[in-house]
Amino acid sequence: MRVALFLTCVNDTLYPATGRAVVTLLERLGVEVDFPVEQSCCGQPQFNTGYRHASEPLVRRYARAFEGYDHIVVPSGSCAAMVRDNYPRIGRKAAAEGRGGELAGLAESVVPRTVELTEFLVDVLGVTDVGAYYPHRVTYHPTCHGLRMLGLGERPRRLLEAVRGLELVELPGAQECCGFGGTFAVKNAAVSAAMGADKARAVMATGASAVCTVDNSCQMHIGGTLSRLGSTVRPVHIAEILASTEEVPFR
Amino acid sequence: MSGATGTYLGMPPFPRAAKDAVRDATLRANLRHATHTIRDKRAAAVAELPDWPELRAAGAAIKDRTLRHLDHYLVQLEERVTAAGGVVHWAADAAEANRIVTALVKETGEREVIKVKSMATQEIGLNEALAKAGIRANETDLAELIVQLGDDLPSHILVPAIHRNRGEIRDIFARNMARWGRAAPETLTDAPAELAEAARLHLREKFLRAKVGISGANFMVAETGTLVVVESEGNGRMCLTLPETLISVVGIEKVVPSWQDLEVFLQTLPRSSTAERMNPYTSMWTGTTDGDGPRVFHLVLLDNGRTDTLADEVGRQALRCIRCSACLNVCPVYERAGGHAYGSAYPGPIGAILTPQLRGTAGELDASLPYASSLCGACYEVCPVAIDIPEVLVHLRERVVQGGPVTVRGTRTRIRPAKGHAAERAALRAATWALDRPGAMRAGQRLAGRSRRLLPRRSLPGPGRAWTASRDLPAVPAEPFRDWWQRRTRGEDGR
Ligand code: SF4
Repeated sequence: MRVALFLTCVNDTLYPATGRAVVTLLERLGVEVDFPVEQSCCGQPQFNTGYRHASEPLVRRYARAFEGYDHIVVPSGSCAAMVRDNYPRIGRKAAAEGRGGELAGLAESVVPRTVELTEFLVDVLGVTDVGAYYPHRVTYHPTCHGLRMLGLGERPRRLLEAVRGLELVELPGAQECCGFGGTFAVKNAAVSAAMGADKARAVMATGASAVCTVDNSCQMHIGGTLSRLGSTVRPVHIAEILASTEEVPFR
Repeated sequence: MSGATGTYLGMPPFPRAAKDAVRDATLRANLRHATHTIRDKRAAAVAELPDWPELRAAGAAIKDRTLRHLDHYLVQLEERVTAAGGVVHWAADAAEANRIVTALVKETGEREVIKVKSMATQEIGLNEALAKAGIRANETDLAELIVQLGDDLPSHILVPAIHRNRGEIRDIFARNMARWGRAAPETLTDAPAELAEAARLHLREKFLRAKVGISGANFMVAETGTLVVVESEGNGRMCLTLPETLISVVGIEKVVPSWQDLEVFLQTLPRSSTAERMNPYTSMWTGTTDGDGPRVFHLVLLDNGRTDTLADEVGRQALRCIRCSACLNVCPVYERAGGHAYGSAYPGPIGAILTPQLRGTAGELDASLPYASSLCGACYEVCPVAIDIPEVLVHLRERVVQGGPVTVRGTRTRIRPAKGHAAERAALRAATWALDRPGAMRAGQRLAGRSRRLLPRRSLPGPGRAWTASRDLPAVPAEPFRDWWQRRTRGEDGR
């Protein structure tokens, strides 16, 4: 089984700790994971803002970088959803524009191999108890693309519930969007900020010391709002919790 | 006052209107309360049906099949309506529809009409057109009445006065009812029963006086030429049965082939919109019937951009919409921005994909609508006809910034990218350039890593200010992941 990590450009640049956590976690579970350095970005910012053509070189790059791997593990619900939902659309539209089936073919080859991290753990490896230890009160925010586009369902919760020492507290209105939305966060900054503030207050009201998601881009928004509101609640990616053990607490 | 005198014309682009709405604490409280209440009720009502996914798929399939053969079903509908004693008119756009209706009312010699709540007549601005011809259109739906008396604009498909609370409604009734008929009682309070009673008495006079009724329709059954209006108050039924002349203005996408198709929608529509298991007042009529109801019936079939929308393979799914408003109620952006910011009769997620298709994307407001969404997908999840609203939003964003093929009045053309996106286009293209060259990307990462202590976390200049106005930036790490990875790999390799 050849497994590659598609870390995503946001994690690579701003959240390398998440990447290290995924590697630590997977190796602990006996999975040898590779990081093909030709990878960069899935093209989601371009695509979702309306610049589909600008995302096409990144579709090609993704397909090239991950050729030959059985599983491409993505610690980001929204980037995994970009590949699975939108690469086929990019392919279809290119074909409709008379540019042949190249992109559609690439999409077809990467879609079935692309899995979000919690899907990989639960569905491919068949584990929910990864042997983690994280003695904190944690609340979980299901990010929209993981929740609705990928249909992650209970997977992240089941993984968190199996973590020793972790107290999982319910987040009221958990399924409501945090207001990040990529370029939405700046194009409609007022609405985005209002959504973020409501989410941050809901998080603070749980009394948790950390808010966990499967998406660091949403975390950047939630965490940035929390910090602006003077809260000490820490945004944590699920990989960092699952990588943490009694012997080696993460960070 | 000339009916709903307000007009959406000349409204600012969505982000600006939304910014004002977000600051309005009363509006936000009203909307939050109303949308969350109905949202939760809908979820419970839908959860009762074990075959909801099948009903949803069936609704989408029926609409798609009908739209594929729309020409056939519309001609069949026209034949059946005509055979049943109705008169069918075809209106290519809003102006033509308004001309037809105005002329029909004038023919009757009447100076006022009563109206069933209707989205199509809001869309074309019928009340304003009638007012110009000296004809007063009286809204009879309770919420539409509140909007009309308040000289206001609807802000929701189903609950047009959702932005008002009880106290505000009391004040509107007390102040304005007398100008248009029976006054509100002096002692009126904001108790819902008192407000409803005041409206009932006020409207009753109008019902009994009216000779002309105007409606839309939720469905038109092609096989029999039957129109269907679904409502909860019974006021619609009064308008459909009491007047001598009935004029219905209906979008061409409202046709369904057969009565059997209603079986699906009469289950999904009430549960999605008002969370009712069964709709309270479902009125159906076929042409005219001697001694029962209106003696004259006109059906105005409205295109107004629908055929052009149908020509677009991705965008056409918006025509499946049955106007249940579930997508509004669940939308976090609508909840905070309110309906007026969307600048048309169709607010919320459906408005954000319908308006730029019906009106085009040339206007600044219309071009801003596809961006009025965080793409969270809650709308798609609840839509009873499975319209993938996020997919259409992104598709329309592309039309705005890249231009591309569109159909305008039946002619295929290419539109140019909208103005004002040059800097963004350059930035995203540059991003692709760098991201497609890991060397360049890495140089950027390293530069950020080295200068990270110099980067402000609370106050970015320029466009970045939109971010840091409400959010801190994350600390830039000392090194990107890929540097760590390569060090580690080299170390393990012993190199
Ligand atoms: S788009 Fe779907 S959810 Fe929204 S109003 Fe139309 S039918 Fe209802």
